Amino acid sequence: MKGFLLLSILKMLFVFTVIMVGVALLTLLERKVSAWMQNRHGPNRVGWAGLLQPAADGLKNILKEETYPALATRTLFFLAPAMSFIPALLLSAVIPFAAPLPLDFDFALGQLGRFAWHGAMPMVVADLPIGFLFVLAISSLGVYGVALAGWSSNSKYALLGGLRASAQMISYEVAMGMSLIPVLLLSGNVSFGAIIRDQQAGLWYVLPLFLSFFIFLVSGFAETNRLPFDLPEAESELIAGYHTEYSAMKFSFFFIAEYANVVTVCAMVTTLFFGGWDIPGHWDEQGGVLQTLATGGFFFLKLMFWIFVVMWVRWTLPRFRYDQLMALGWKVLTPLALAYIIVMCVAIYLIEHVAGLTDPTLRSLALFGVNVVIGLLVFGLLDSGVFIRGADRRPAASEVVG
Amino acid sequence: MAAFVFYLFAAAAVLGAAMCVLQRNPVASAMWLMSTMFSLAAIFILLGAELIGILQVLVYVGAILVVFLFVIMLLNVARTSSDLRGPASLGATVVVAGLLVVELAALWQYTPRRLAADIAQAPAFADPARVFAAGAAARQATAAQGVVGALAAPLFQTYLVPFEVTSVLLLAAIIGAVVLAKRNI
Repeated sequence: MKGFLLLSILKMLFVFTVIMVGVALLTLLERKVSAWMQNRHGPNRVGWAGLLQPAADGLKNILKEETYPALATRTLFFLAPAMSFIPALLLSAVIPFAAPLPLDFDFALGQLGRFAWHGAMPMVVADLPIGFLFVLAISSLGVYGVALAGWSSNSKYALLGGLRASAQMISYEVAMGMSLIPVLLLSGNVSFGAIIRDQQAGLWYVLPLFLSFFIFLVSGFAETNRLPFDLPEAESELIAGYHTEYSAMKFSFFFIAEYANVVTVCAMVTTLFFGGWDIPGHWDEQGGVLQTLATGGFFFLKLMFWIFVVMWVRWTLPRFRYDQLMALGWKVLTPLALAYIIVMCVAIYLIEHVAGLTDPTLRSLALFGVNVVIGLLVFGLLDSGVFIRGADRRPAASEVVG
Repeated sequence: MAAFVFYLFAAAAVLGAAMCVLQRNPVASAMWLMSTMFSLAAIFILLGAELIGILQVLVYVGAILVVFLFVIMLLNVARTSSDLRGPASLGATVVVAGLLVVELAALWQYTPRRLAADIAQAPAFADPARVFAAGAAARQATAAQGVVGALAAPLFQTYLVPFEVTSVLLLAAIIGAVVLAKRNI
């Protein structure tokens, strides 16, 4: 028991430190990536190649004056940054980041008593049996920070940003939750550990469940309020949206929350669709210190790739219009996710019970064949411009129902 | 240890519920209600019902309360004065509160054993031995079928027809709401 507590505290410290330092460095990475894409240098004055820029930003934000708008609801205005920041951090507790580490210790520490642990230690802070349902539940709380920040500021721009954020996050949460049901169907379990084991045995889920991956990624962008879905803070329309009235450290808390959310969504994509810490082949399943280190490194590489994709998209695509955003969420992604669930139910039933394919790899390959057909149909339809129209084909004023 | 955690969250739940009623600002009320929901979720998890606890957060905190907040913010109810003053309201308050106190006093006599006896006599679907064997049934089902399976098997196998009927009812309510809200679709 005490050994478990000790290990839990150590893992908590480790994950918290990595996330906080990582988030600070991500702000720098974002500016570097944008500079690279726009053929500039980016921040390069503080430290070696601008590496200490996050520290300088942090220092500036701590020393800056905290302002409260007149007539703001003080308590909620004060709590809102924390309410968007805490769920983002909580999520990092359930994502396994490496293969289980074999540990064996038994020692006594004077007054504190005896600490013992035997066997493999799962490399995750909390190995919950409900797995990613926890992630869905907690990520749905992020909307509170944004909505309350907008409301309590007593500012029209902030309120509009907060309302947009709540509408957008509720809408895309539906598609996000639905897109994960095929993952449940295929793995037969909700815990991250079981999902990773199933992907080790067969193929990474991105192949047999490609459309789920696509819907999840798009709704992930919308849930984190990143471009092309950053309407809650659209600076050309709302100044800065929900955090217009915030200054100093409270403002930067919103930024920490945003980047922590990006890390979580990327970690979810990695874990659910790209095998988590799995290295192709069977070497990583033997268990050992070397395996834990290697799988941890591989997870980090996959995570960094997806974080880069998120930034890449941000500096490539323009912002959606609000009606396009809602149409995409409700008229395209949600029905698509629902139809996909039905198709996958039938396909998995036929493959497992009628054709009798129980080998994970063969089963995944058969599903991949089904997905190629569905993917061609769906993306052909989306590309035809029937559901989402570009800016050059705006609806006439009489068509817009508001 | 478990008892301490239970009383901690039980106190938090009661405090949240009381503050939800006592607050003047409706947004603050909604926030206190959220803290109550969280405490209830913690108690569910303490009982070994992890899925129910998470659904509590997912459905109530994540969806329903957000819609509450949305409506409160748009309507800006904070400006309207309370219309629960005056002798008529006071009388109604006393009557309702009195009834609730009587109900609470009646519930005080309900020990688990008496509840089990009552259920055994009633023509119920539940077998009291399964319900009250110190949660053993739930624990066995969880061990055999996993956290989600223990809930899903009764819901989608034993009680499939009531479940489907309920979903049709909810669908009817949704269609009714859409028809009422949008006259010309």
